[in-house]
Amino acid sequence: MKIYKITFIYLLLTLGAVTMLLPFGWMLLTSLQPAATTFATGHLAIPTAWQWVNYPRAWHAAPFARYCLNSLVVTLTTTVGQMLTSILAAFAFTHLRFYGRRVLFDGLIALMMVPGELLLIPNFVTMTRLHWVDTYAALIVPWLASIFAMFALRQAFTAQSPTTYYAARLDGASNWQYLWQILVPANRSTLTAVAVLQIIGSWNAFMWPLIITNSDRLRTLPVGLMAFTSEAGTNYPLLMAATVCVLLPLLVLYLLLQKYIIAGVTRTNLKG
Amino acid sequence: MLNAKPTLKSTLVALLYLAPLLLIVGVFTLWPLLTSFLMSGYTHYNYFTNHVGGFGGANFSYLWHDPNFHLALRHTLIFVLGVVPATVILALGIALLLNRITWLATFFRTVYFLPFVTATVAISLVWGWLLRPDNGLINLLFRTHIDWLNDPRYALGAVIMVCIWQNLGVNIILFLAGLGRIDRRYQAAATLDGASTWQRLTNVTWPLLLPMTVLITVNAIVTNFKVFNQIYALFHGTAGPGNAALTLMYYLYQQFYVENQYPVAAACGVVLFALILLVTGLAALYFHRHAWWEGRR
Repeated sequence: MKIYKITFIYLLLTLGAVTMLLPFGWMLLTSLQPAATTFATGHLAIPTAWQWVNYPRAWHAAPFARYCLNSLVVTLTTTVGQMLTSILAAFAFTHLRFYGRRVLFDGLIALMMVPGELLLIPNFVTMTRLHWVDTYAALIVPWLASIFAMFALRQAFTAQSPTTYYAARLDGASNWQYLWQILVPANRSTLTAVAVLQIIGSWNAFMWPLIITNSDRLRTLPVGLMAFTSEAGTNYPLLMAATVCVLLPLLVLYLLLQKYIIAGVTRTNLKG
Repeated sequence: MLNAKPTLKSTLVALLYLAPLLLIVGVFTLWPLLTSFLMSGYTHYNYFTNHVGGFGGANFSYLWHDPNFHLALRHTLIFVLGVVPATVILALGIALLLNRITWLATFFRTVYFLPFVTATVAISLVWGWLLRPDNGLINLLFRTHIDWLNDPRYALGAVIMVCIWQNLGVNIILFLAGLGRIDRRYQAAATLDGASTWQRLTNVTWPLLLPMTVLITVNAIVTNFKVFNQIYALFHGTAGPGNAALTLMYYLYQQFYVENQYPVAAACGVVLFALILLVTGLAALYFHRHAWWEGRR
């Protein structure tokens, strides 16, 4: 390639990258500004003193520790639960024979097409009937199974050679032993990819926690952050500091597990 | 065993493995799907007593006559038309550029994909700050004085802008995956035959990438039909100045959560579902024909 061509490509890509990073950078910069003096109209303010105190202040201005704990509990339990139910079901679909297998699987795939938003109202009614509104159960139980996750795992389990399965069974291993001692360890990377996607989805979930919780005690981080906006008002440094706290855990997770996240996204979106 | 015929016993064993998933899916997906359709027909519904006064098409005719629903439908279509083509074209362009470089490619990919892992609500709040009329970064950079979020003329445009930005990363990753699947030998053969970069792009890469483009576009349309979080966060729990950013999903939320009109909200959900089915159905038709055409060659 000609040198000017390469320069041009890098120039365009850098321009795009700056556009992507700008909101993040501006968020960080704002979060470190003094509240009162910063926002004189009409010029770009570069902080002269770094106000690290905004972070503890934002953290204590609303029960963020509680929100964070709730988000952690919900994310961890739903992810673990979803992986368990998906592993078991995917194993049944790939390694066990039973009546109605084809029909059941096609039915589940059809259900996968249904937008979750359509289920919002009936699920809310179910929750009120169960007296689960504003409880952890409401935040967790509906998300303990995911057809998406099951489907992705089924793809991976199908690719597994059946010879290992026969050999293990001939050597006297039960289905249960084969599943947990051979199949699951062999598919670690797919499992990680699917689990990480669920972590992201659960941590960032907004609409369901918004309608199903009404006390501070049970709010997750995104809902708590939204509630905090009315308190913070136009104190943008404080609001941005709180936003950084909400975003940071997943940004770190992303930088650590980027490979799995990208693999997971491509796999679940492109029929595997 | 794998090839054995199913027996009663093997079916029972399998059901034990399937039970947890089926239970949850049954209660929280299948049952609400059915009741959702039923509920859209309820008339004189009393939520507190669960009393249904009658059954009919009244909720759909309510939607038909509700100017707010018309507004929501129109905004949703404008929104999808504003976001999807722009995102898909930009993502394709960036993916093609990324595919041609090796140095710093991972870095750029990491940066572009960043919005995907960030909570839509949180990053929309950041955008709300960027779009402030007097001291927002966007107005400072472009030396404009637009009140993006309080002026009804710009409100929907602001949401479109934010969503293009947010949607870009995931579509770039999908396009990169699609480009990675194209056999390098096609490119090599075309180069040997003396095709220029542009000719290779239009005659080799593009036709091979077309099915992927359709898939990505459909994905994007379906996702954006359901836009809600960004609007809620940008306008602090309203649908924008004078309902300027009222979309179908926001209308559903208002009818359901604010007005307690469950059957009307359910009917709105059914309309949304029908729209999504229409788009996915068209895509399925395309892929059916495409596969048939591929097979004929």
